[in-house]
Amino acid sequence: MSDIPGDLYYTRTHEWVRPEEDGTFTVGITHHAQELLGDLVFVELPEVGAEMGAGDDCAVVESVKAASDVYCPVAGEVVAVNEALADEPEIINRDAFGDGWIFRLRPEDRGSVEDLLGPEAYAELIAEEEH
Amino acid sequence: MPFIPHTEDDVRAMLAAIGVEDIEALFDEIPAGLRAGGLEGIPAGEGEMEITRLAHARAREDQHLMCFAGAGAYDHHVPAAVWQIATRGEFYSAYTPYQAEASQGTLQLLYEYQTMMAGLMDMEVSNASLYDGASALAEAVLMAVRANRKSKSKRIFMPRTVHPAYRKVVRTIVSHQGIELVELDYDREGGHLDAASLPAAPGDAAALVIPQPNFFGVLEDVDALTDWAHAHGMLVIAVVNPLVMSVIRPPGQWGGKGADIACGEGQPLGVPLASGGPYFGFMCCRQSHVRQMPGRIIGRTVDTQGRSGYTLTLQAREQHIRRSKATSNICTNQGLLVTAATIHMALLGPQGLAAVAAASHRHTQRLVEQLQSVAGLTPVFSRPVFHEAVMQLPLPVEEVLRPLSVQGIVGGVSLADDYPELGKALLVCATEKRTEADITAFAEHLQRIFVRLGAPACPVAPKL
Repeated sequence: MSDIPGDLYYTRTHEWVRPEEDGTFTVGITHHAQELLGDLVFVELPEVGAEMGAGDDCAVVESVKAASDVYCPVAGEVVAVNEALADEPEIINRDAFGDGWIFRLRPEDRGSVEDLLGPEAYAELIAEEEH
Repeated sequence: MPFIPHTEDDVRAMLAAIGVEDIEALFDEIPAGLRAGGLEGIPAGEGEMEITRLAHARAREDQHLMCFAGAGAYDHHVPAAVWQIATRGEFYSAYTPYQAEASQGTLQLLYEYQTMMAGLMDMEVSNASLYDGASALAEAVLMAVRANRKSKSKRIFMPRTVHPAYRKVVRTIVSHQGIELVELDYDREGGHLDAASLPAAPGDAAALVIPQPNFFGVLEDVDALTDWAHAHGMLVIAVVNPLVMSVIRPPGQWGGKGADIACGEGQPLGVPLASGGPYFGFMCCRQSHVRQMPGRIIGRTVDTQGRSGYTLTLQAREQHIRRSKATSNICTNQGLLVTAATIHMALLGPQGLAAVAAASHRHTQRLVEQLQSVAGLTPVFSRPVFHEAVMQLPLPVEEVLRPLSVQGIVGGVSLADDYPELGKALLVCATEKRTEADITAFAEHLQRIFVRLGAPACPVAPKL
């Protein structure tokens, strides 16, 4: 369970969401997702100001063996992106839940986060996938 | 002996396995009216000897033509060594290998090709080629729409000075993807896209296409056009003749920031004229757009022991990984023609290419002079041309081209269908292969034809 922080929310498509004190949500991909992808070589970031619906593809993470869409966990407006990933996408491999955050969102509805998975449910999901 | 690996028994076993009576049943879904039916008018088979005799007889019907036509495909000299080397067994395939890294020689050649093309265009990246110039431009348009981070627009400004066939192909490929092509008319005096005529408020658009030289052979004011496009948040797609880039400023140096994408037809680089193809397309771009570039890219790397090697790179954006979100459906390239082009460029070197381009320019200048002084033609446009020019004829172009072809002369390309507003306009070209004697013969035949056909305003007195 050390790979799944208890204070975050998760999606079935392996994104995580951290509600910040200023009302925004920080979004990234999980440690498990980066393990599946392998060494990341490129991250296509969303644009600040873009309006996203829940489930919209909003970023692309590309590794040496695959390129995957990152889906927006909840509806909202992108207010910041992690520019450091442009030059160092491997930050996600190193610290998926911390420095490897991808973008920050101002959600339409702060309560929408409650529709996402909690850490236990996400852990179960991974366990199921592995079978 | 049939060259089909399956025996009757194999076929029966396979049909039985899927529970189908016969092969025809597999095509049930296609309405009978849409089926092509059997082939008709196919004579009985003949032996190799008979076929060889027939082929020789047909080949004898080919004239040795003196070619003054350009319009996108050019009659350049190809050194004999180019195809001697390109058709060696090691190179002789149209395909990039599926087990790519097993074919280091092919990958090295493609890497060298990319290096040469990037150098010629003064751009950072080249792909390993596309199908042809027209579809390369279509791919560039799609790429520009994806790559333009400043604009979400799907509008593309397309000058009428771009090759008409290219514009048709682009329209066919992109129009069903919601992309709007906005045509820009040309200056009737200069034969170019006049930067001063461009709208001050063009609205949101993804890119401007700039041809160089343009379809009329005229040199465009690429700096002003590039800067205008960039000032309005558009990308610049250069569609250029690669040979000509050996002597004039390439797309990477246009305007303040350079073009963003350069593409075009690779035929002038060692590919012979052959009834329209096969040729090959090329595409180069800035490093920052490389992930939106279609096609394969070969990279140079080192193996686990530090030895140099070549590999397919940036595959993650291709269709076998990205599926419907791939940057393009382009999956193969024109490998054999690229092989020839790479050998051609290596044999000629930068000076050799520049010498061919300069000779073509010189000969075209002579051609225009001779067509004026001997045949009394007038150039339609006032701006400088590279190795093609539009001339006004006193008679309908087809009436003139027909008797010329009897003399073994391909006199050029009529612009009547695509540019009716230009009247009886003929697009002519002289490459380095057209000697002074060729040019004189062409001009004299033209003059003779005008006199015979009683050209209404033939300004030159017949020779006595």
